[in-house]
Amino acid sequence: MKNIVLEAKNLTYEYPGDEDTPAVKAVQDVSFAIEEGSFTAILGHNGSGKSTLAKLLCMIYAPTGGQILLNGKNMSAEDVTEADIMEARREIGMVFQNPDNQIVATVVEEDVAFGCENLGIPPAEIRRRVDEALDIVGMTRYARHAPHKLSGGQKQRVAIAGTIAMKRKIIIFDESTAMLDPLGRKEVMDTILRLNREDGITVLMITHYMNEAAMADRIIVMNKGQILDDGTPGEVFSRPEPLWKVGLDVPQTTELLYKLKKDGYDVPLDVFDPEICAKIIARALERGRS
Amino acid sequence: MKSDIAFGQYCEGDSLLHRLDPRAKIILAVLYIVVIFLAKSAASFGLLLLFSAALVGVSGISPRIVLGSMKALTFIIIFTAVINIFWMQGEVLLFALGPVKVYLEGIINAVLIVLRIMLLLVCTSMLLTYTTTPIALTDGIEQLLAPLNKLHVPVHEFAMMMSIALRFIPTLIEETEKIMNAQKARGADFSEGSLLQRAKALIPILVPLFVSAFRRADELATAMECRCYTGGAGRTRMNVLRYDWKDFAAIGVVVLLGAAVVVLNILVPGIGLAM
Amino acid sequence: MAVVELKNVSYIYNKGTPYEAKALDNINLTLTGDGITGLIGHTGSGKSTMMQLINALLKPTDGQVLIDGVDIWSEPKKIRQVRFKAGLVMQYPEYQLFAETVEEDIAYGPRNMGLSEEEVHERVLRGAEFAGLHPSLLTKSPFELSGGQKRRAALAGVIAMSPKILILDEPAAGLDPGGRREILGGVKKYARESGTNVIIVSHSMEDMAMYCDDLVVMASGKILMHAPCAEVFSRADELIAVGLDVPQITRVAYMLRQYGVDIGRDVYTVDWAYDKLRSKN
Repeated sequence: MKNIVLEAKNLTYEYPGDEDTPAVKAVQDVSFAIEEGSFTAILGHNGSGKSTLAKLLCMIYAPTGGQILLNGKNMSAEDVTEADIMEARREIGMVFQNPDNQIVATVVEEDVAFGCENLGIPPAEIRRRVDEALDIVGMTRYARHAPHKLSGGQKQRVAIAGTIAMKRKIIIFDESTAMLDPLGRKEVMDTILRLNREDGITVLMITHYMNEAAMADRIIVMNKGQILDDGTPGEVFSRPEPLWKVGLDVPQTTELLYKLKKDGYDVPLDVFDPEICAKIIARALERGRS
Repeated sequence: MKSDIAFGQYCEGDSLLHRLDPRAKIILAVLYIVVIFLAKSAASFGLLLLFSAALVGVSGISPRIVLGSMKALTFIIIFTAVINIFWMQGEVLLFALGPVKVYLEGIINAVLIVLRIMLLLVCTSMLLTYTTTPIALTDGIEQLLAPLNKLHVPVHEFAMMMSIALRFIPTLIEETEKIMNAQKARGADFSEGSLLQRAKALIPILVPLFVSAFRRADELATAMECRCYTGGAGRTRMNVLRYDWKDFAAIGVVVLLGAAVVVLNILVPGIGLAM
Repeated sequence: MAVVELKNVSYIYNKGTPYEAKALDNINLTLTGDGITGLIGHTGSGKSTMMQLINALLKPTDGQVLIDGVDIWSEPKKIRQVRFKAGLVMQYPEYQLFAETVEEDIAYGPRNMGLSEEEVHERVLRGAEFAGLHPSLLTKSPFELSGGQKRRAALAGVIAMSPKILILDEPAAGLDPGGRREILGGVKKYARESGTNVIIVSHSMEDMAMYCDDLVVMASGKILMHAPCAEVFSRADELIAVGLDVPQITRVAYMLRQYGVDIGRDVYTVDWAYDKLRSKN
């Protein structure tokens, strides 16, 4: 059993209402535990509560009910101070959706250094970490560039470098690929996967792209503020009906296999690679229906 | 490429001037301005002209760019010259047009004052805007003013505001263009009609621009908080500004220059400024 | 009859400066006005430039852009009239809303056209209906709407101008699958019922396959292909060669041939693939 680094216990968040708008429970009684070094995708449509959940986990919002445990420490307890939260943010970072609105400095390397500077790390150490972080995300060439001239994918990589320079162990990506073109999306996804696999960083990725979710070890599906499904991509996508019901898609390979299975072919559903899918279909057709 | 305007003043380079510490450059600029005002005689102005030419030479920036930047000041230069020529009273009357009398002293004064304006411009642009990035300037000002922190002047916060503004100018220019295009596509017309109509035509641009700027500010604040930003206290910097011998040497040179100007004023008075 | 025609069109950004960049290189394109045309290509392939040329936001460096057979730059003073004919909905159009009410915002375009108030009102209702915006939302402030509703309000603002050609830049960007289906489904319905020629620019091959009739593929400032969807996707290898994607299902069909199951190369939707597989057995 691996170490649990982040845990939500009966987490609830209610947006306060006023005269015109009733209070809305964006997250309701959500519980899960995240293992160290794991890669979890949180999937849901707009308004499913997934972004609120991200903000809760990053302690931008304080839960109205339930708890968040970071390395076993209750971050939602009464006696948690502003300073404790700052301390916790050394462990957990967030990369946001809009690449432009999270870059502070006018030079790439200065931006990567921003977080470390806030932590009061000595200059020489910051220099070393910034160089290393830029290397990990493959942006060393652009160290002295102005961020506004970079592509969306590059800007997101700069933002990622900023969090890893702070030596954070957990990174939450809040729809960080949503505003990018396919190339930028691939750049960012490749970077996320590398961070997770090679550097052992725990990743939580909020997304509504099925293909991206399929790359995770685990998918938590959110709907109406609650967990609709939770399992490996294979498990979650092999039960497509509930996903379809709430307006989510499954990968096209799964959709085709699902239709064939319904016709009586003996095929698995948890296949996301077109080549493997083709092989399975070819074999199934040979064997015929059962 | 319009979004480059904000940084248009800075000329990329690796000259001695580029490499000086921004704080030293600000001090140098102030000192040099004092020296320029000390100059009274033609001889001392001659010395300063030579020195300024040397500055341009060292910076590696084309003299044409420097002269080009003076175009913006043409009006002020001509205005000052005219005022001096016609208002200045002296002893050697050159000619008179009715009540207006032009004296030789007036002409000399005009020439020297124009020279002074041009020297000021060259000095500030060479030392500051052309060879220092806006961000380095901001850093320099922040650190020079750091002692004011003790008087509870939020120096760091001002500097942070400045640098965020610099960071977002290109983004907002780009956004303005996008919004303008979008409204043009809906038939907006910014070039015709009365002043009032044209002002009204700007509303569909300004409202979305403000809304977006506030949204950006909000998101940026959250992002900064997530990156553990809590203001200036306890912060370190990756690039620490350090004076080295170059900076001290440069300041020494300008101090010597000031002394030379004073000496020249006394030893070679000749023709000079009357004021 | 060609609705939009591009004849030997080139466009160079910052011509005559060191930043000169050729965005379009001698393009010829004829759109006949049937259904939805998809415009695909990488960022920087020239598709945004092309869009802005058709909408007269940019003037071609060389060549002509014709709408209904008329060169749009023949009378530069009347260029606004061209923009009324070729409606353009930019990416993330919800960020351009500005008026006090949704109704006022949608009315902005029609008012600029100089229509009577009655006509404007009618157009607003029509635009809102096609964009799938409930009439009760018209009196609200656009800033009170949800993200998806804002997007529709912006779309309604352009539809209300009843353009002959409607150009949409990434209309579904940032939306979840449900939102994508609603907005793109709405556009498809609008194209069919109003007879408007719709051009959609998108990176999503799956969406393009689902909603477009023909596709224009652009790469490095040139048109690589212009053909019906089935034909374009049957040339998957060429698309992949210029770094574009094909729908996942097209890849499956492609691989199936290698395992001896031929369901054709032109498969681009799951239902089609499924039907073909069924008819095989």
